Amino acid sequence: MRNVLRAPWFLLLPLALVALWHIAVAEHWVVEGIIPAPAQVLDSWYTWIFGSAQATLSPYSGTWLDNVTYSTRRVLQGFGLAALAAIPLGLMIGWSQLVARLVDPSIQLFRPVPITAWLPFAIAVFGIYDASALFLIGLGAFYPVVINTTHGVRDTNLLLLRAARMMGARPATVLVKVVFPSALPSIFTGLRLGIGVAWTAVIVAEMIAVKSGLGYVLWDAYYVGRMDICVATMFSVGILGFLSDRVIVAASRLLLRWRTLEAHE
Amino acid sequence: MSGASAIVLERVRKEFVKSKRRVLAVDEVDLIVEQREFTAILGPSGCGKSTLLNMVAGFDEPTSGRVLAGGEPVGAPSPARGVVFQEPALFPWLNVFENVVFGPKNQGVPATEYRGRAAQIIEQVGLRGFESHYPAELSGGMRQRVGIARVLIMQPQIMLMDEPFGSLDAQTRTLMQELLLGVWERHHQTVLFITHDIEEALLLADRVCVMTARPGRIKKTIQVGIPRPRSIEVTTSPEFNRLRAEVFALIRAESHRAATEASRAGAAV
Repeated sequence: MRNVLRAPWFLLLPLALVALWHIAVAEHWVVEGIIPAPAQVLDSWYTWIFGSAQATLSPYSGTWLDNVTYSTRRVLQGFGLAALAAIPLGLMIGWSQLVARLVDPSIQLFRPVPITAWLPFAIAVFGIYDASALFLIGLGAFYPVVINTTHGVRDTNLLLLRAARMMGARPATVLVKVVFPSALPSIFTGLRLGIGVAWTAVIVAEMIAVKSGLGYVLWDAYYVGRMDICVATMFSVGILGFLSDRVIVAASRLLLRWRTLEAHE
Repeated sequence: MSGASAIVLERVRKEFVKSKRRVLAVDEVDLIVEQREFTAILGPSGCGKSTLLNMVAGFDEPTSGRVLAGGEPVGAPSPARGVVFQEPALFPWLNVFENVVFGPKNQGVPATEYRGRAAQIIEQVGLRGFESHYPAELSGGMRQRVGIARVLIMQPQIMLMDEPFGSLDAQTRTLMQELLLGVWERHHQTVLFITHDIEEALLLADRVCVMTARPGRIKKTIQVGIPRPRSIEVTTSPEFNRLRAEVFALIRAESHRAATEASRAGAAV
């Protein structure tokens, strides 16, 4: 039974989907020339990454890494700024009634505004520059981090707070040594949600507010009818999003070792 | 301070507001605990005995009346009044050693000062060799040893213990009671010990205060004259049996009264 479960089952569904895709194109189930076959996407993707001797001037020859770098850098910067602002703010909102009353209603008011709705505003204020993209990414990633941090703080076990105070810890010490580690699992949940939003935001922002990166390539390729590049871009974003999530999960495993111990109890 | 009683409760009342209804948890409690005295508060669950302890600790304020510790009104929680909780309430992200030294370390005591003391106390509570284990890796009894050790290291004048062995199995509980007797023989702090276990109260305490069901009042105080040092063997002595019968009768009358009142209240509704 164990061995059966260990088989690479996770490959089954993707392989089936690719097979279905291939058959759908080969059997002309879909309108011809609109949806590229898997093999064609792979081929174009390869050229896009490694370049080709024939098409040195094509924007889809050997430019993949540059665009990946642009997008990744924006995600990391925007996400980093969001985390730097959201974690301390979330700690304060959860910790202090006063801060909660001051700040929380405004956050709840702004949160339902989708980041796509901020686009015209961002471009009007920051122009067609990186700043627009960073603003949108940062804003999108900010909400899940701040909300999960706040929840984590409020979920802190009352007994642990009492224990710390009984042992003479000052309020600042309690916040740093008890509330923060206790909220850390929740903070990581927020970070994982936040990085997901950041990848969504970077694609939207690059489609409209800047002239580089995977989002720009995606929209541009669509306009010139290169659906193969569009699909290759979608896969690229998917892989990058997956990898960045894994990095956060690995960091949380490292920092929350005590939690894995609890799970094995 | 040296002349004052360790703990004084004067006409202490505590009301809670629970979903817009006022609940009287503790009613007019007067209690004096002298220095170096081991006092047990014995009562049925829900009688407000933990509320009493929380007020002495500084976690809760009385609705009316006064709570004094060492002659001073109790304000915020303080390391001078160490608390051992029913659930050990250890920091799960810290190992045994880090949990034990949390108090001194975060009060700015240099590591060179508390390290030696920590080793001594860890030895006393039988945790040597487990310093780098995390709470999740320990048994319930061992966790509670950590809970006691982190209080002992602060050398509190007063130890407040809120049913500390309540969630342990019978054998572990006996071991922990003996451990506590040993620790107390060595340090002789003032102890206020909350329990619902008659034998535990009689085995450990100099004095047992029996509480009524809600609202909690102190119904009777019984002196336990069994000589110290005590061990688990005293629980078979005639004196212990006589005291147990006396306390048992008190508790039974009390729970009978509470049950009758509850059913009367039920009938009235």
